[in-house]
Amino acid sequence: MSSYNTIRSLQTALTAGETTVSAIVDLYIKTIDAKKQLNAFLEVFTEEAQQRALQLDAKRKSGQPLGKLHGLVIGIKDNICYAGHKVTGGSKILENFTSIYNATVVERLLAEDAIIIGRLNCDEFAMGSSNENSAYGNVKNALDETLVPGGSSGGSAVAVQADLCHATLGSDTGGSIRQPASFCGVVGVKPTYGLVSRYGLLAYASSFDQIGPLTKSVEDSALILEVIAGADEFDSTASQKPIPAYTSQTFPGKAKIAVLKNTVDHPGIHADVKQATETFIADLKTKGHSVEEVAFDLMDYLIPTYYVLTTAEASSNLARYDGVHFGFRSPNAVDMETVYKKSRSEGFGKEVKNRIMLGTFVLSSGYYDAYYSRAQKVRRILKEQIRAIFKDYDFILMPTAPSVAFKIGEKTDDPIAMYLADIYTVLANLVAIPGLSIPVANDAQGLPIGIQLMSDKFEDGKLMAFAKEIGY
Amino acid sequence: MSDDKYSKYELVIGLEVHAQLSTKSKMYCGDSTEFGASPNTQVSPLSLGHPGTLPRVNKAAVAAAVKIGLAMDGEIREVNEFARKNYFYADLPKGYQITQDKTPICTNGFLKFEVNGEEKTVRIHRIHMEEDAGKSTHDLDPFFTLVDLNRAGVPLVEIVTEPDIRSSDEAYQYLTEVRKLVRFLEICDGNLEEGSMRCDANISIRKVGETILNTRVEVKNMNSIRNVKRAIEAEFIRQVDLVEEGGVVVQETRGFDANTGKTLGQRSKEFAHDYRYFPEPDLPPVVITDAYIQDVRANMPKLPKQLISEYVNHFGLPLYDATVITDDKDLAFYFNDLLKLTSNYKAASNWVLGPVKSFLNENGLEISQFVLKPQALADLIALIDSGKTNFSVASQKIFPEMIVAPAKSPLQIAEELNLLQNSDEGMIKELVAQVLSSMPAKVEEYKAGKKGLMGLFVGEVMKASKGKADPKVTNKLLNELLEN
Repeated sequence: MSSYNTIRSLQTALTAGETTVSAIVDLYIKTIDAKKQLNAFLEVFTEEAQQRALQLDAKRKSGQPLGKLHGLVIGIKDNICYAGHKVTGGSKILENFTSIYNATVVERLLAEDAIIIGRLNCDEFAMGSSNENSAYGNVKNALDETLVPGGSSGGSAVAVQADLCHATLGSDTGGSIRQPASFCGVVGVKPTYGLVSRYGLLAYASSFDQIGPLTKSVEDSALILEVIAGADEFDSTASQKPIPAYTSQTFPGKAKIAVLKNTVDHPGIHADVKQATETFIADLKTKGHSVEEVAFDLMDYLIPTYYVLTTAEASSNLARYDGVHFGFRSPNAVDMETVYKKSRSEGFGKEVKNRIMLGTFVLSSGYYDAYYSRAQKVRRILKEQIRAIFKDYDFILMPTAPSVAFKIGEKTDDPIAMYLADIYTVLANLVAIPGLSIPVANDAQGLPIGIQLMSDKFEDGKLMAFAKEIGY
Repeated sequence: MSDDKYSKYELVIGLEVHAQLSTKSKMYCGDSTEFGASPNTQVSPLSLGHPGTLPRVNKAAVAAAVKIGLAMDGEIREVNEFARKNYFYADLPKGYQITQDKTPICTNGFLKFEVNGEEKTVRIHRIHMEEDAGKSTHDLDPFFTLVDLNRAGVPLVEIVTEPDIRSSDEAYQYLTEVRKLVRFLEICDGNLEEGSMRCDANISIRKVGETILNTRVEVKNMNSIRNVKRAIEAEFIRQVDLVEEGGVVVQETRGFDANTGKTLGQRSKEFAHDYRYFPEPDLPPVVITDAYIQDVRANMPKLPKQLISEYVNHFGLPLYDATVITDDKDLAFYFNDLLKLTSNYKAASNWVLGPVKSFLNENGLEISQFVLKPQALADLIALIDSGKTNFSVASQKIFPEMIVAPAKSPLQIAEELNLLQNSDEGMIKELVAQVLSSMPAKVEEYKAGKKGLMGLFVGEVMKASKGKADPKVTNKLLNELLEN
């Protein structure tokens, strides 16, 4: 639809008077309505967006200085708090819950003239790889509506894929931005842990969660990240490092890229994905970049380590949804104990309950050392090994996901198969490094295949500059 | 004797004190901590535990924890992790409490104090930082438990002793000392009645001479230091009676009923709580450097034991005076100010422990409510030292008037009331001569050896001078005239 591929080209058109923010907002609202069946948006802030568009147009016409994101129509995953708006985390337990404050990323988007057009469907509390775990129905892949969009930021990926808005924010705990980006053929960036404030993001696993952009181009992701990243007094885990101008960073030289052993030749990888990855690597080599295989023998530990640690944190993070203070309270509760038991049993979906139980188990006395402590140990070793690799290499390359988008319902009865959809993405979250997914090819059926690039911590700018350099 | 069975046993007590820190804001967010505000008004999305909120550490609370750690001679930890203690309760909005588990900010401290004339040392096992829960009220509404979250997130330090306490008197004195310390450090108001300081007692008994630790009972709900003492005494009798009758002490939590003076078993779950502690992922560890510790130490007020030694060794005051003055932080601070304004230290101590304390006691006031500034008291002491008045006139006439009219100087009051004392030897000598000549019989008796009559002569001279004759001069002149 919109011919403005990047935020910059959109802003040029706005300044030239070729279009208005109002016109753009109206177009997106029309498209959202026309593609309702995708179930990407849980709520569209129609009137509010139109109002704000008018204000922004007036602001521009009056010659006032404009925000960096002037005119950007952006959707936010429904686990990011926007004051005065509902936020459900895709869960029944927060049905009708309205946030009373703004997430830091929302504050920063609004301060730079972005328009938040609505909240996007996702797996419940960001737990899932297919967007089939939303209490508000699954999201459909716009390329083929019988396919999943990936998860958990499925709504965020489809909204960009189907031109329902210009860009979106998702959150990524183990691949929830990159994997749906790969399934939907868009760009998704999971920043370094601590780069973007988590204040106002419904916590799934605190030491893994990061908010990041999903866009059509790396350039747009870089611009959005430039705005939302940076120190925040409300998040003690947010880095104090100054944020460079990502949009003006370049990568003029040749890159040294590592491919971890047991990734491209992993038994779980689909042939099309493997082939696309190999072609992509060959292509990089022709361009003069070096790509080398690097020994890595911890591949089999990634998923178990990830699930022990994230479920442990989740079991505690989700304790606040108890029916006592806010959100859903079971009508069948009669006393304090049943308020807890029934509200949580009826309010949470199956996958969330699975993970709460698993996390409670791995933290319980008698099992803590065998699971939680050991997983922490593996995480430390992983960090050391990956740090060592980045001493010699600029980037690590691997597929984003072992397959292309799969059928809705195909893996819902097989949690292990579903968890393996994350085998390539959990590493970045485990070791706190940035990772991005770029759509590099299509399979025989025309379904997009994503490649993931990762860099050392806080080299997000270099990572995006390289991705831009090679054409994304 | 039927009491014999009790003398075979001794108490083994460990105390856990929760001290609410008097910081302006909460432990992990900026909400106010003011006591007594309307329910659920000192709250924000953070202390309500709303989705997406994150904690941050209150630096003033860390400083307070370091202070109490240093005051108890403990080791301060460099890398302080926080941990989550997970449990469900209506007044715990996040479903977990942020506390410290494996890395308490202070370990291996001790507290020395006197009990019944003997020195006692109680080792401090650990001091850690945490947040308070909200407050549940079960008896205000017939159908519902009411929850006030103003207190949720208020910073606490928990001070845990080793099981070193052997009697209710020791427990009483330990708590008095802890309260004194937190008040001197101005980190907690130490008020057990309002709950700003709370104490749980772990109590067990054993046969005298044994070194084993037996099953302990945790007693809660004691809202005064005296009630802690009473609860320990009640628990001792209960446990001895139980064991003597062939019973076994079971590990449980009991509450103290101040009305009956007995401890009562609280309904407890069959299973032990599993709090599933794990490192708080939302908070990076707080790193405490040596430089920081030195800075805190340099800015710490003087503690009772330092003040006592200073009062005795530097100001030459009796140990008794020093000890009594340092019992009360505000009194000691007042006295410190007074010492800067006078060089007559003993007089300062006499005034503070004498007229000032009696006045406060009679009127049920605290030193902080006392209208006279240290300067006024120093002026009064100077007036006595100049010979223009004496202690008895000053304390009985001038001091009460100063309290009524604090704006006036002691000299002004003495002048207005015509109380300035006369040290003019000529004038006093005349009065002495008059008095002696008016009672020749008494003078004879005195000269015959009844020296006790001196007081009568002095009194008569004072009367004749309307109280203004300088007693020292009067004494001297009487002696001269009578010995001749």
